[in-house]
Amino acid sequence: MEPTSQQETAHSSVLTLHVNGTPHTLTLDHRTTLLDALREQVGLTGAKKGCDHGQCGACTVLVDGRRANSCLLLAAAHNGAHVTTVEGLADGERLHPVQQAFVARDALQCGYCTPGQICSAVGMLAEAAEGHPSYVTPPEHPPGAPAALTAHEIRERMSGNLCRCGAYPNIVDAIGEVAT
Amino acid sequence: MKPFAYFRAESADEAIGAFAGHPRAQYLGGGTNLVDLMKLGVAAPDFLIDVSRLPLDGIDETPDGGLHIGATVRNSDLAAHPAVRTRYAALSQALLSGASGQLRNTATTGGNLLQRTRCTYFQDVSKPCNKREPGTGCPAREGVHRDLAVLGHSAHCVATHPSDMAVALAALDAAVHLHGPQGARTVAVTDFHRLPGDRPDQDTVIRPGELITGVTLPPALPGTRCGYRKARDRASYAFALASVAAVLRVEGGVVRDAALAFGGLAHVPWRARAAEEVLRGAPATEETYARAADAELAAAEPLRDNGFKVPLARNLAISVLAELASRT
Repeated sequence: MEPTSQQETAHSSVLTLHVNGTPHTLTLDHRTTLLDALREQVGLTGAKKGCDHGQCGACTVLVDGRRANSCLLLAAAHNGAHVTTVEGLADGERLHPVQQAFVARDALQCGYCTPGQICSAVGMLAEAAEGHPSYVTPPEHPPGAPAALTAHEIRERMSGNLCRCGAYPNIVDAIGEVAT
Repeated sequence: MKPFAYFRAESADEAIGAFAGHPRAQYLGGGTNLVDLMKLGVAAPDFLIDVSRLPLDGIDETPDGGLHIGATVRNSDLAAHPAVRTRYAALSQALLSGASGQLRNTATTGGNLLQRTRCTYFQDVSKPCNKREPGTGCPAREGVHRDLAVLGHSAHCVATHPSDMAVALAALDAAVHLHGPQGARTVAVTDFHRLPGDRPDQDTVIRPGELITGVTLPPALPGTRCGYRKARDRASYAFALASVAAVLRVEGGVVRDAALAFGGLAHVPWRARAAEEVLRGAPATEETYARAADAELAAAEPLRDNGFKVPLARNLAISVLAELASRT
């Protein structure tokens, strides 16, 4: 009989990822990144592998509500985590407001970076609402007060998501539309 | 990536205990640098001890009016903390000038201090590098070194320390708390990183099995202002070509207290003590700030392609000091 898929070894662990509200119990080699677990094991290919080094943002997902580069997270270190991918943002047939705005504003060309852009924007909007500052937030801005998302703020806060088609103007417009 | 064992520690003692007998173990914080280095083959631990969820995620007032920052506090949370925003603005600005929103949500305070250089030769296992493989040589010295050191480098290594946070901590006189097999100790952040000398493989004074448990900031003195400014190749999401963290107190047009540190210029966050000597007691003018920067940068030994960093750092220092003085 083949060894069961639920067996741990020195170099693999059994762990549970809650992805878009559904628990997935997986046996994973410790080298598996969260990105590869999502794409290869869970079957959700929305999060993209761009650079695979945390430099492009195409792999951005929300981990326990916060945006992160899933290519740099080891799945083994996220046992029990709640992960939201681009596939989990819509409410049934109703798109998330950020998704809707990307469609309305034509905020993409090839679309490869789009799932990462959208997940990053969702996380960024929550950070701004919680009063997280950015490098361009004026020093006199009261700590904890929601940040006013000017185009300058949006560009700075989204700088971890590259778009090689250069759709930035419409990406900034789309996010700005949701922010106001 | 080489296969490795994994263990999630619940306490600092448990993590340190797990390290015993595993010379090729490494602690895992947020992993934003370490996991990347493992993918590149630069790091190849056989055992990862996950310390990212240790109960060291607090930011607490100290009895003397300073601030204690736990090692697992995320960079984004530290930058947003009201006490950091108001009393240690240079630290908040430095953190926010580094990496991206995603990376700051993941990277930890301890890990930020321990991140490795982004020298391209260090990150490319097909190239010689004294930091990665002692004794193999330093091709950067004659090769691609535009981003690398102008101060304190050696024949063996011209790498720079990439952290912005550490530069602010150096100017703010922070202390690093370590816990290890031989017990706990505290090291000034300015003594934590080391110059390359003939041992560029050792970035810091940390000992095998030692774990950073936190960082303490001394009280912010009344009347002082602090700030951070960074120059880079693009407007956001890039490492510093040069950066400056400064703490300044001006009274009656005279500099009473000053602390200055440069980033992007050396193997360590470079505390500019010679500049501070010039600043203290001198008129708070741009002429003074220029003299101070020149006093520090007189020690610069630029390489073929990075001489631009010297006037860049000089101008950054002058502008940050002038800006801080204008707010006092």
